[in-house]
Amino acid sequence: MSTRRRLRVDWRTSVSLIGTVLKALTAPLVATALVALAYNEPLLPFLGPAVLTLGAGVGLERLERGDLGLREGYLMVALTWLAIAVVGALPFLVAGEGTLGAPINALFESTSGVTTTGATVVESFDAHGRSIHLWRSTLQWMGGLGILVIAVAVLSQLSVGGAQLMETESQTQDVNKLAPSIEETARLLGWIYAGLTGLMILSWLGLGAVGLAPEVSLYSAVAHAFTAVSTAGFSPRPGSLGAFSPAIQWVTIPFMFFGATNFVLLYHLTRGNPSRLKNSDEFRFYLAVVLGLTGLTAVFLVASDEFASAEQTVRHSLFQVVSILTTTGYATVDFDLWSPAAKHMLFLAMFSGGMAGSTTCSIKTLRWLVVVKSFRRDLFREIHPHAIRPVRLSGQVVDEEVVRDVYAYVLLSVVIFVLLTVFVVTDAARVGLEIGEFEALGAAAATFLNIGPAFGIAGPYGSYADFPRTTKVAFIVMMWVGRIEIIPVLVLLTPAFWRS
Amino acid sequence: MRVVIVGAGEVGSTIAESLADSHDVVVIDIDADRVESLTYSHDVLPIEGDGSDIGVLEEAGVAEADMLIASTDDDETNIVTCGAAKVVSDAFTIARVKNPKYLTAWERARSAFGVDFMVCSDLLTAEAIVSLAGLPTAQDVDTFADGLVQMTEFEIPAESPIANQTVAEADRFDSLTFAAIIRDGEVVIPTGETRIEGGDEVIAIGSPDSIRAFGSAIAPEEKGPKDVVIVGGGEIGYQTARLLEQSGFTPRLIEQDEDRARWLAENLPKTTVLNSDATDQELLDQENVGMADLLVAALENDQQNLLATLLAKRKGTDRAITVVNTGDFAELFEAVGVDVAVSPRKATAEEITRFTRARRAENVAIIEGDKAEVLELEVDAESVLAGRSIREATSDIPEGVVIGAITRGDEHITPRGDTVVREGDHVVVFVDTAVLDEVTDLL
Repeated sequence: MSTRRRLRVDWRTSVSLIGTVLKALTAPLVATALVALAYNEPLLPFLGPAVLTLGAGVGLERLERGDLGLREGYLMVALTWLAIAVVGALPFLVAGEGTLGAPINALFESTSGVTTTGATVVESFDAHGRSIHLWRSTLQWMGGLGILVIAVAVLSQLSVGGAQLMETESQTQDVNKLAPSIEETARLLGWIYAGLTGLMILSWLGLGAVGLAPEVSLYSAVAHAFTAVSTAGFSPRPGSLGAFSPAIQWVTIPFMFFGATNFVLLYHLTRGNPSRLKNSDEFRFYLAVVLGLTGLTAVFLVASDEFASAEQTVRHSLFQVVSILTTTGYATVDFDLWSPAAKHMLFLAMFSGGMAGSTTCSIKTLRWLVVVKSFRRDLFREIHPHAIRPVRLSGQVVDEEVVRDVYAYVLLSVVIFVLLTVFVVTDAARVGLEIGEFEALGAAAATFLNIGPAFGIAGPYGSYADFPRTTKVAFIVMMWVGRIEIIPVLVLLTPAFWRS
Repeated sequence: MRVVIVGAGEVGSTIAESLADSHDVVVIDIDADRVESLTYSHDVLPIEGDGSDIGVLEEAGVAEADMLIASTDDDETNIVTCGAAKVVSDAFTIARVKNPKYLTAWERARSAFGVDFMVCSDLLTAEAIVSLAGLPTAQDVDTFADGLVQMTEFEIPAESPIANQTVAEADRFDSLTFAAIIRDGEVVIPTGETRIEGGDEVIAIGSPDSIRAFGSAIAPEEKGPKDVVIVGGGEIGYQTARLLEQSGFTPRLIEQDEDRARWLAENLPKTTVLNSDATDQELLDQENVGMADLLVAALENDQQNLLATLLAKRKGTDRAITVVNTGDFAELFEAVGVDVAVSPRKATAEEITRFTRARRAENVAIIEGDKAEVLELEVDAESVLAGRSIREATSDIPEGVVIGAITRGDEHITPRGDTVVREGDHVVVFVDTAVLDEVTDLL
């Protein structure tokens, strides 16, 4: 056993662990089947895959399992998301309704779900039953929970960029881990996640009960709570959050915002210790970016006379900036129709993302903050060439190696984004699909950075269904790569990973 | 009193020298040459050996000793030596440490490590530097009675408004006593009619506020320093920067060693750490060191300290406080342009000396190379002061003694003729060395 591991990655261990994950997936499938039963909808799309998944899970689990080392960890993280995406696509395939009946679309929708992206290929929302729509939301809720757990349990052990930084950031707050064991930490963060979800369901139902939002049902409250707290963005309604009253839109903003806030800091907040959150450099930066972009968007909306009232301007600009920046992707209006200036503010927001250690995707405010701080340091050193000035986050020194990793990550993200854009444009030209550069830029960012809606045909009320099959494959791969922070996938592509 | 001193370096041999006349002194050092040179220069019993070795300690007669002073250059050795001595002896143990971390631990439980008293010379030095930094014309600052009382030696510049005033004119401060004037190296006990001259050094004892007020009366145009440059990031430099940061300064610190500079930068968030040679003229120009209000030279080496100070002064730095390890250099340094020379050895000796007196002083400050001392004493029933007014007691006290301040609990009392001193009060007195022994018995 040990000799084999020294030679190459012990893939059996990784795959065996994925077997455990697959087995666990039976539970949400059966639960959704119960919902289908309640709505008198077909059960086979869920029970069929449940049996299949259980079988595959049990089978894979029987593989010889050794210690989870560094390499096995990378392999497991990379493969888990793929495996869940495949299982998640099965109900769409079996149901065979609408655009989701096509295998490539089913896989796209499922990947977009588990990666908490929120880009959809659904064209006619009525073509699908309530249970299928709930399955889309469930995939996203699991994806959000998964990234929290993975970030804590696995990525922090692998010292992958964001997680490593998250560790730095939480050390600042005097806790490296909340609880002695990783398992316990993951459970605590899971409870906060579940608690936020429950709170959102209650607040929606509450608004419904007092008559501020008569359109809210238990179903819509659950389906949206699943995709708001996970900063994912699927909605069973074609109008997304635009189908709901202003009160609902207002109350959803904090859930997206806190879904993209470091959960370790949220944990301390629930423990009656708000100072850790308030004193976090990253939280302040995150808040400043959100408010700054909202202000600019509002100014541009006023300049183009988009809305009649100030409340509308403020609500839509704040909602849309929070939605895009936290990588949720809900829409209250078709922002594709906004003025170019306002649209570009949202485009800018795509590259920010929320805080590390949350369910958010994209580059994340922590990395940008490190970039800003280290660049400011470099400028200072232009004037004082002998000065030694470490980069600090909330007072804690950030290792120079981490700073370099952060620069590399940001550069890599931009390069991949550019390459994907070029691919989208050339692939579209190949099949004769008319697509503008801004649409291609938006779609590439919205998938790779796991945001969801972009502009033009991929706009908030549009669909990714019209993209050529090859582009969809590229999007699927990039949603996967983006969600697990690039590095675990790239590591798999190095020969050193597979050799001794 | 039988005193065992372990470590005959700068500090150890100075203490040995000052104690040799009136006490039985045994000096232990691991270095044969140092032991030999001690044999010839001082009336002490030298022993070659490892002071932390219980056999060597016993050979030195530690069992009968009244005091053990561990003053080697190694913190751990000093602490272990005290611990070892405690096993076989009841001697009062004093350990000298450089790193404040041991002091922090010891302060939590004042008998930790078998150490009865711990002196952190680098921290003392840094504290002295920071006090001096805040008082532009001060040459020496010492605090007494947990910070309620300060003793400060001010140099009066010829152009100062105080110069040519009488003491009665200059003394406009409630809780301040003009204890002494040092003129041409001689101690003068002033009366109200004594005229203060330019170039005099005035020893003032009083509350920190009044001391500060007097300081600005001496040099009204001098504002406190804003721009401080520290040269040398050793323990003294680090502690100085840390204490300055605490008082709201954002100093610059020049350190030559890159790893140390990085460590300093990580541990001093408000300090700009520059990794360079402090005697590099290009750097001094680039960083505008000449524009600095205050330069603190805290390099390990005296000669380099002097060089760095003189370079900076030449570039225009207002004031320089320089650490001098070799005590004899202090006067020389001040003669060639160093504004204040601070000696870590003196600070350490002041702390240790107070335990070697027949009567233990709470605090001691040594004035002008042992011309006089400022002592803090607790008044007991036998004291000539107990229950009497100062006017009554004065007749029993010899010349050359000035009562500078009295503290009762947390209260600061300015001594006047009719002030009645009570048992348990702490008095801070200026005492001419000539009458030192006599006075410590009386008070």
